[in-house]
Amino acid sequence: MHGRPRKPSTPVDENASSLKANKLKSLQSQFLHNHHNKIYTEEALKINEKLIEANPEFMTAWNYRKLAFEDRIQALIDEELRVVENALRKNFKSYGAWHHRKWVVSKGNTSTEREIGLLNKFQQLDTRNFHAWNYRRSIAELKNIPDEKELKYTTDMIETNFSNYSAWHNRSVLLSHLMEKKVEGYLQKEIILKEEYEFVRNAVFTDPDDQSGWFYHLWLLDQTVKVDMPTLVSSWPPHGSDINQVTFPIILYFDEPVEGVSSHTVTVQTENDIFKNVTWNPLSTNKFKCAQAWMTHLSIPHEEVNSSKKVQVKVSSEMSDGIISLSGVTSSRPWSFGFTVSVCQNPQPAEGQNRRLSYADESFCTVDTNSNSAGLLTSYFESKTSDYEQSTSSKWKSEMIATEIDQYRDMLTWAESKKIGKLTLARLLTAYDAVMSTGAPDTANMEEVLQLYTELMKLDPAHNQYYMDEYSLALLKQVTSNKESLLKYCWQYKESTSSNITDSLCLRLNNLSLSRIGSFERLLWVQSLDLSHNELHSIEGLEALQLLSCLNLGHNKLSSFMALDPLRFLKSSLKVLDISYNEIGAHTIDTRRYLCSSPMSHTLDYDSKFEEFANGDANLVNFWDAYSIFGGLNLTQLDIVGNVAVDERFVLFLAKLLPGLEWLDGEELN
Amino acid sequence: MGELAGEKHAAYILKVEKKKDNLEAVIMEHLRINGAYWGLTTLDILSKLEAVDQETVISWIMSCQHSSGGFGGNEGHDPHLLYTLSAIQILALFNKIETLDIDKVSSYIASLQNEDGSFSGDIWGEIDTRFSYVAICSLALIKRLDKINVENAVKYIVSCKNLDGGFGCTPGAESHAGQIFCCIGALAITGSLHYVDKDLLGWWLCERQTKSGGLNGRPEKLPDVCYSWWVLSSLIIIDRVHWIDKEKLVKFILDCQDTENGGISDRPDDAVDVFHTYFGVAGLSLLEYPGLKAIDPAYALPVDVINRIFLH
Repeated sequence: MHGRPRKPSTPVDENASSLKANKLKSLQSQFLHNHHNKIYTEEALKINEKLIEANPEFMTAWNYRKLAFEDRIQALIDEELRVVENALRKNFKSYGAWHHRKWVVSKGNTSTEREIGLLNKFQQLDTRNFHAWNYRRSIAELKNIPDEKELKYTTDMIETNFSNYSAWHNRSVLLSHLMEKKVEGYLQKEIILKEEYEFVRNAVFTDPDDQSGWFYHLWLLDQTVKVDMPTLVSSWPPHGSDINQVTFPIILYFDEPVEGVSSHTVTVQTENDIFKNVTWNPLSTNKFKCAQAWMTHLSIPHEEVNSSKKVQVKVSSEMSDGIISLSGVTSSRPWSFGFTVSVCQNPQPAEGQNRRLSYADESFCTVDTNSNSAGLLTSYFESKTSDYEQSTSSKWKSEMIATEIDQYRDMLTWAESKKIGKLTLARLLTAYDAVMSTGAPDTANMEEVLQLYTELMKLDPAHNQYYMDEYSLALLKQVTSNKESLLKYCWQYKESTSSNITDSLCLRLNNLSLSRIGSFERLLWVQSLDLSHNELHSIEGLEALQLLSCLNLGHNKLSSFMALDPLRFLKSSLKVLDISYNEIGAHTIDTRRYLCSSPMSHTLDYDSKFEEFANGDANLVNFWDAYSIFGGLNLTQLDIVGNVAVDERFVLFLAKLLPGLEWLDGEELN
Repeated sequence: MGELAGEKHAAYILKVEKKKDNLEAVIMEHLRINGAYWGLTTLDILSKLEAVDQETVISWIMSCQHSSGGFGGNEGHDPHLLYTLSAIQILALFNKIETLDIDKVSSYIASLQNEDGSFSGDIWGEIDTRFSYVAICSLALIKRLDKINVENAVKYIVSCKNLDGGFGCTPGAESHAGQIFCCIGALAITGSLHYVDKDLLGWWLCERQTKSGGLNGRPEKLPDVCYSWWVLSSLIIIDRVHWIDKEKLVKFILDCQDTENGGISDRPDDAVDVFHTYFGVAGLSLLEYPGLKAIDPAYALPVDVINRIFLH
């Protein structure tokens, strides 16, 4: 005790002091009694408060207050949980009720068993209640319930009733975590996948019409096939080729969209020089600078061309943390490819185009396999994936897929409902070819895949167009699978109108009922492409074909100008375009609107110059999309007749927009 | 195949608007502003928006605004993102967005974004990708997307992507057509659809079509007219709508009509409500049913309204 003066005590003092002492003693003993008996009533709290006021150093009194506080909180929590439980009984899908429970639980101590018990009850009542499943996941995280335990729960749920998509979903989430975090017992992907394939087989085979297992199986297949990092699968110029231009594009084509391609991560060099300041552009509409195809323009300096007839160019990537996929996986294996540039001494002068290019059969003749262009084609098939990247350890993959193929073939012999069996078999066969990267895809497999999709179109007519799209992709895979099959679709122009365009091959894929195009990695060499008389409503992916100068899309199902958005990327090469007899202007809904550059998706600023250009014409104001697409193209020949949107006014608008146009709908312009 | 009883549905909506005291109206009082958006947008698609007194509606909407800048579901109710979007959408229909104090509303919305890019529905912290959509759509309509961290918002949405290609309310949550619409819509508005595996999701979505022609919201569930919007708009945004049988879906929606009293229900012969009337008519618009104004699949407003906002 500090600061008290020393003085003798009087009897009055002593009396007052002993009264005080008695009062305090009584308070203290009452308090200790309450404390030991965990009594936290209002009255008890008042006693404690008086004690603290008199003697704030009485430690135990403060401890008691904390216990009382926690006790009151617990009472509040229990009350809230009771109210929520009652509300949930009335409506177990109420967002407000579940969130309140989550909020209350975050405020203090709650029993894990109690929450899990409640969840088990609700999940038995409705196995698909996603509110319950979400709450379960949040409790598991909060209370550190291990993933393995929750995985066992999904096993139990599925074994009770396999028709539980929610359980399969949670299983996929938990297994992914366990494999990703490299938890003990989950390190060998092959073993896990093998067990899971068997587990889901029960579900799918028991009732092939129940969708619960379908998507899980597809996920397993994707896990089996997928390569561990983004990979370069193709390029222009192809590895080992020889090209005869001084200025040309270089195209990098990856197996999935990537970010980070730049002069820091990709090196372009000749024997004597490294090209600095190479600008790589992603061939896609998003602002986030990621794309499956990247390109740059390269010009070999005159001195190098003149001094040596052949210039060796090498494109490579050594950096281990530059090129990244959308899911954050780095392409850490180095790759490279090389080609030579040899320019003939007297380049032919480019003639002015004064003849109209026609796609009629009579304009073509078969290909001279000794020509330059045929040579370039050959180098594509000689270079293959192995020159860029090689993924290892594919033996267990092909074996696993082969086992599944056998299982599904067998299933199709006894199952009444054939849809999922045929669809899965088609996907398995395609996957098998994908993991066998050593040679050309198996022709027998490809034929069977096409056959299966044809059967599925009849079996499941509601999804006819889905199977049609898959069929088209499979057909193009087949066509581009080797040189011989591709050459069947290649033609040469009989007469030349201009040395640039007609020396090249024309790839004619017309009249094939194609509803979708793909296999772009095998088509980067294409300069002239005929896709007329098909069922295309989208040309997505065509932007990778940077050499394209002639494109025929006549007689297809393109239903808006936005569908032509990929042509934006072909500004420097495209000269001849046919989009006649499509459905532009015939639809009120534009399904390409958000996949292309537009102000609505904040990927294109509205060009206010457009209004000036349209001259205030109320009808033309609707053609801002045509303006933004055609505005940059340097077409010499255009066919556009047979589209609802195209009337006289529009034709004038277009002619103004394309000053270099020489031919429009077959008529020569002056 | 039957026909769309457009006149009856318009009359039904106007009738519901006036009835405020029956049980149905009272039990839905807390979300009346959502109901107004569903009713008014349906009227606009049916080219009948002039039947409503614009001034009365707008003044009531503004009375739902809270001092924080957000809107409640009705006068005196607490503010929440869900009701704020409906308020903005209704003003857009009437071309009266300028009625708003744009800074105030956008600040309210932006204040609800969390560190990880997600959005809380209100100050009480419930997180759900529905709120990501609502925030992004609202701000885009009033041209203030720059007030939030768009990159983080997109990152959060992408973290809710599942292994079946779909999206749930929060990371790890099961794919559900309603959540998928919200995520796809938000990604579309922010030009971020390259994060979507369109083929994988497209297949999951097209398999929502049941034998009846109607669409369900998840595997092994019953079809419901409201999924004609959520599944359909998602399919249109990713350009995979040709993977379903459009004619069969049209027939299913038309079968859900009450052609005598007006209104559309979740399933044939069930009770009608404004919610399903809107989704049925909006779905038919997406299916290019004749005589209906086109609706934008991402902003859920008529295309002419969206063009007016973004093309000038």
